[in-house]
Amino acid sequence: MSLTERLRFFHEAIAWKGEIPLQSRYTVGVAGERFLRELRDNARLIATHCPQCDYTYMPPRLYCERCFAELTEWVQVPPRGNIHAFTVMHLDLDEEPLAEPEIIAFVQLEGSDGGLIHRLKEVDPDEVYIGMPVGAVFREEREGSILDIAYFRAI
Amino acid sequence: MKMRRVAVVGAGMTKFVRRAMETADELTWMASKMALDSCGLNLDDIDCIAHGSAPDSFDGVHMKSEYLSPGSGGWRKPYIRCYVGGGTGVMTPIHGWYHIASGLFDTCLVVCEEKMSSCQPHPQGAFLTIFDHTLERPLGPNLLWIFAMEMNAYMHRYGFSKEDFAQVTVKNRRNAMHHPCALLGGEITVEDVVNSPEMAWPVQRLDVSPISDGAVALVLAADKVAWRITDDPVWIEGVGWNLETTYWMNRDLSYPRQVEFAARMAYEMAGITEPRKQLNIAEPYDPFNYKELHHLEGLLLADKGKAPAFIASGEADIDGNLPVCPSGGLLGVGNPIAAAGLMKVAELFWQLRGEAGARQVPGNPKRGVAQAWGDLMQVATVITMGV
Amino acid sequence: MTEHITEYPGTPLKERDFTEGKVLYNWWVPKADYAWDAGVAIGKFLAGLKEGKILGITCPQCGRILVPPRMVCSDCFVPTDHWVEVRHTGTVRMFSITYVTWDMQRLEKPLIPAVIELDGITPGMGFMHLLDEVDRDDVHIGLRVEAVWRPAEERTAAITDILYFRPLKEETS
Repeated sequence: MSLTERLRFFHEAIAWKGEIPLQSRYTVGVAGERFLRELRDNARLIATHCPQCDYTYMPPRLYCERCFAELTEWVQVPPRGNIHAFTVMHLDLDEEPLAEPEIIAFVQLEGSDGGLIHRLKEVDPDEVYIGMPVGAVFREEREGSILDIAYFRAI
Repeated sequence: MKMRRVAVVGAGMTKFVRRAMETADELTWMASKMALDSCGLNLDDIDCIAHGSAPDSFDGVHMKSEYLSPGSGGWRKPYIRCYVGGGTGVMTPIHGWYHIASGLFDTCLVVCEEKMSSCQPHPQGAFLTIFDHTLERPLGPNLLWIFAMEMNAYMHRYGFSKEDFAQVTVKNRRNAMHHPCALLGGEITVEDVVNSPEMAWPVQRLDVSPISDGAVALVLAADKVAWRITDDPVWIEGVGWNLETTYWMNRDLSYPRQVEFAARMAYEMAGITEPRKQLNIAEPYDPFNYKELHHLEGLLLADKGKAPAFIASGEADIDGNLPVCPSGGLLGVGNPIAAAGLMKVAELFWQLRGEAGARQVPGNPKRGVAQAWGDLMQVATVITMGV
Repeated sequence: MTEHITEYPGTPLKERDFTEGKVLYNWWVPKADYAWDAGVAIGKFLAGLKEGKILGITCPQCGRILVPPRMVCSDCFVPTDHWVEVRHTGTVRMFSITYVTWDMQRLEKPLIPAVIELDGITPGMGFMHLLDEVDRDDVHIGLRVEAVWRPAEERTAAITDILYFRPLKEETS
């Protein structure tokens, strides 16, 4: 028998179906606890600042990846910034069409060297542009999750 | 091609805990920072990073190594990941070793991490596919089946009893009482182990090491560079690695041949011709108690079928002739897959420098061997170190 | 340990820290569904099972009969050829008696996985299946067993077309 065999019809190929039974439970970590609690309790965004590198991490980190120092300086960051990049989603994860297109943007937050990836709403996809100023809309009921920001909108 | 001498000059680790509050990234940084601080270096002094971590699905992060690269000091540096299941903890320093031995780099930070608690309901779900998807998974397997069968084959060949294996759990947990990062240090008896609940006969609950979260890091440096950093470098003298077939049902599981091949490779490089006389400490991989015995035989430190007698003789205790797992091993300290093997290498580093505190092997030990093993009982990685 | 190190980081949590909301966390359940190609060798093996046959393949170099079959002999690294039909009786080479599922739920009736060396093929070649119709105290290495098949009309070309192996009722030596 040769090492490769040509199948003439798709149904001749036997495939075994199965799944990998996985669920992930993520702790948010030392920095995450402080960041998300501030978001939940006070609807405020905070970042960590490295004095040596003069770099402000958003989302906040426990350590500076540049110089490896532990970061203990927390600073408040206004909930607004400019769009650094964006995309408009038309399909879901299974490649089925979405009811409405979804705009995902990376918002560079003022006063920080980083930003957040989040949804953009109350705006037409055709009107979005890089550099557009946007601000966060916070939920009334918050639980300590990134979704405590409902979305960003143009300001 | 002449290879440069490589030494371990610093080490750090986090506690091994059942479930950590810190994220994987934070645990990694904590161990890496500690390793750098232990020898007074900073990130600029490190030329490259060797990182090791087992399946992405434990931590639940795709491309886990890239995710952990900042915490491993990898920002804008040459970075390599290795993953060979449980063998990772010794394979990663081997990668670090050749980065330097080849002459390409002078210093390397070696980091291993695992956060298994993220994987719910049980980390087994992440690697059940180690069983053949078509021929084995439909039978509803459990990872314990493989270890139980290997334990069974080993027991059957030599007529061992569960007590022969239980003494290893007792010894390692006792040693772990003196390890500041240990999860399960304590005094237990052979009866406690033998009477623990049956999981997959012959495996009982206290035969198995605990699932854990943790990270370990080492700093490696090339010869002259090492002497500038510390007065007590510990040299990597031999490395070896080997892989057996995936078709485990076709193997004689009563003896780990691939461990012997990897050991011979390392011993030859280190100039060790009589391991039982020339080595002062052994840290074989012990995810299950019988594995310590199995691996001692594969490492040529005990005759085939004679490892339990060697442990029973007391020679493997901390004050014996050849202490085995003075760290407390995986059974006592914990088993965050990749970090566990590196913990053993770090143990050799601390022991050979006389810095192991209450666990210190007396008599100025000069040389030691650490070994890890993994995947479908296939991988063997061995490292020998000396001063 | 090294004088520089005084404290070891790492904050242990208990399960109730999660259930009582002491720490923040979130879940993610990925959709990890797979359709694994059986491949040439296993495809034919499974088709054989559907017909009530256990097929093996021979390595032309070392002469081993490989069950389950594979297209390349892993020892010799040459393509295998020559399919053979193999007997349904064999000997237990390894086994375990399992009281827990993979996610650590206890089982009332234990599962008994075993590596079985089928008669007539190369000694040392085994494959894994389950044992049943046997008391745990009677299972031992060396036990002689035979395959118990699913009724032909219920077979689906799967390893479970063999339901399990049970001790041979009687044997003439």
